[in-house]
Amino acid sequence: MDFVRKDILGVEELTGAEIELILDTADSMKEISHRDIKKVPTLRGKTIVYFFHEPSTRTIASFEIAAKRLSADTVSISASTSSIVKGETLIDTSKNLEAMRPDVIVIRHQASGAPHMIAKRVRASVINAGDGMHAHPTQALLDMMTVREKKGTLSGLRIAIVGDIAHSRVARSNIIGFTKMGSSVVVAGPPTMIPTGIESMGAKVVYSIEDAARDADVIMMLRIQKERLGDFLFPSDREYANFFGLTHEAVSKARKDALIMHPGPINRGVEIPPEIADGPQSVILDQVENGVAVRMALLYLLIGGSRHASDN
Amino acid sequence: MRLIIRGGRVIDPASNTNAVKDVIIERGKIVEIKSDGSRGEPLCPPSFEDRKEQKKQKSTIMDASGKWVVPGLIDMHTHLREPGHEYKETIKTGVLAAAAGGFTTICCMPNTDPVNDNRSITDYILKKAKEASRARVYPVGAISKGLKGESLAEFGELKEAGAIAVSDDGHPVMNSQLMRRALEYARGFGLIVISHCEDLYLAGKGVMNEGVIATRLGLRGIPNAVEAGMVARDILLAELTGGRLHIAHVSAEDSVRYIREAKKRGVPVTAETAPHYFSLTEEAVLDYDTNAKMNPPLRTKEDVAAIREGLRDGTIDVIASDHAPHSSLEKELEFDAAANGIVGLETSLSLSLKLVQDGILDPMTLIAKMSTNPARILGIPAGRLTPGASADLTIIDPEIPRTIDIHSFKSKSCNSPFDGWHLQGKSVLTMVEGSIVFEEM
Repeated sequence: MDFVRKDILGVEELTGAEIELILDTADSMKEISHRDIKKVPTLRGKTIVYFFHEPSTRTIASFEIAAKRLSADTVSISASTSSIVKGETLIDTSKNLEAMRPDVIVIRHQASGAPHMIAKRVRASVINAGDGMHAHPTQALLDMMTVREKKGTLSGLRIAIVGDIAHSRVARSNIIGFTKMGSSVVVAGPPTMIPTGIESMGAKVVYSIEDAARDADVIMMLRIQKERLGDFLFPSDREYANFFGLTHEAVSKARKDALIMHPGPINRGVEIPPEIADGPQSVILDQVENGVAVRMALLYLLIGGSRHASDN
Repeated sequence: MRLIIRGGRVIDPASNTNAVKDVIIERGKIVEIKSDGSRGEPLCPPSFEDRKEQKKQKSTIMDASGKWVVPGLIDMHTHLREPGHEYKETIKTGVLAAAAGGFTTICCMPNTDPVNDNRSITDYILKKAKEASRARVYPVGAISKGLKGESLAEFGELKEAGAIAVSDDGHPVMNSQLMRRALEYARGFGLIVISHCEDLYLAGKGVMNEGVIATRLGLRGIPNAVEAGMVARDILLAELTGGRLHIAHVSAEDSVRYIREAKKRGVPVTAETAPHYFSLTEEAVLDYDTNAKMNPPLRTKEDVAAIREGLRDGTIDVIASDHAPHSSLEKELEFDAAANGIVGLETSLSLSLKLVQDGILDPMTLIAKMSTNPARILGIPAGRLTPGASADLTIIDPEIPRTIDIHSFKSKSCNSPFDGWHLQGKSVLTMVEGSIVFEEM
């Protein structure tokens, strides 16, 4: 099938077939990273701009490596070094970037919907690398790639997501993605961290980690953000770890071959103890590796073909 | 010079009139309202005496058949942005927009820069309004100095200068003691306190209604309790103090319930809503449309139904526009960063006429909510069509199709989610003190 999208703004917009195509493409891209010379000329002459308004280690490195392995030229702009600090609006900054004719703008922004606003105004492809609490499609795709790789399928699985669902774009994108592919998603956390109406997105809600873990094929732990203490979401790290941190007991309730996942960065000893994070069921580093492959796949599908060249 | 508005349906709740009549105006005043002259027109040519009489009086006759002739509409909740934010709206463009929307009287909120918390700003607004003419402007003074919620503004001086009410609109009075004292102190001056009900702690960083759509969009939510909790508090304080309370821009089902119950108990409370709260739901925010960002936020269809029911059963006395002009500088931003509010002066009537078309209100009740009731609540000599009253009136064509075009607005700003809406009915003539300030007959 042809991939004819201009932008990747969320998992919501993607069809099941498109997700399959992205994951299949990522599977073949993964091989490039295992070569001695990890570079192909596919995106030679293409320009990719990273426009990051929030701190990022993993995501930006992953995009950068993905782009370089495909021979694209890259420029990185962060909020602190951009004209945003001089009072330029997001729209003006993106129009200025657009004027320099990039092929892709990869944006991360603390405001939900910011990439959508930009996508409407630029000809370049826009990839959402995380917007507020809304969406993180490349994370969900790499999570789905990892699960499909290990389980051989994305349908009929039980995926447990535990933590601050309310403020998590990773949770939202994964709920949409996994349910779209035919799995069921159960979310757990203290009620302060479960957003109103999350069931409408296809998730089942429980309030204990054991209930979430029961018969799960995947347990995905979310990072607890300590700055949320000020929002009265939980009393302390200690209490959170006691009641919602992953335990061996909870893991034992899951299926024997359950995968333990985490989008990172992890708070060792809070949401996940070190021995589980580093244990045999953990695929946390596979997620990171697959992140590069998924981003290579997306860049290739968006601007790699002759389609894009003829459009311009 | 005598003007006869002939053959229109005169709808005047104050005199309980709803009949085809002629309105006769002389020297800026209504002199007579009499049964339709066209029907009683003599078939024989007028006598010499009659013609002499007509000539002497130089009557101009305006045909209003098929139209409604109503007391000039009153918008008790607008933001004119001057002084301080003239790039969004000036008093002059604001009154032009008012006239175009059928309003002869508007009240402007004090959240200007500087804040209208003293005589000099009230004087300034009134001076500018007089220069602009077109519509009568009544400034609303601040409850607290600088809208800071720390100390009372000088109500006595504000009232002397011409302020019609007090409000910290946009900045809820979080301190209950200050609100109590404001209601008490205002009572002594016969001033009404207009409350923007919002619990800032509970609202947190919310930017839209809390619910399924906020969850899907990843936007922080504002639950109904943010508004209704403060409505309940202010009702209790009005009851405690006997001060007159008017609840601004009611949006939530629970608020309607509390106000209804309070009115039943005889608490001195009145309430307004704005057209967007009975015309739109939170779904307007999908796609992160900042023109659908307002405070209080657009709510669910259940809330819309409750607002409509509150209007129908009289719980909500007034429809006010909450006209809030903003430029692209405040609106073409990330949803979180965009300013709250929409312009309303030029869409309010057409949107409200939908309530008549939907069978929620009869024409008389609609006019009461857009003219008679605001006049009564504010205690101003307007909102009636009776001999001796100033000729402030609006002629409405209730049938004419209208497509909202934001670029045709007289307002300086065009932040409206209603662009392109097809509606039925609008004002075709606005008259203040006998002068036509807007005409599209």
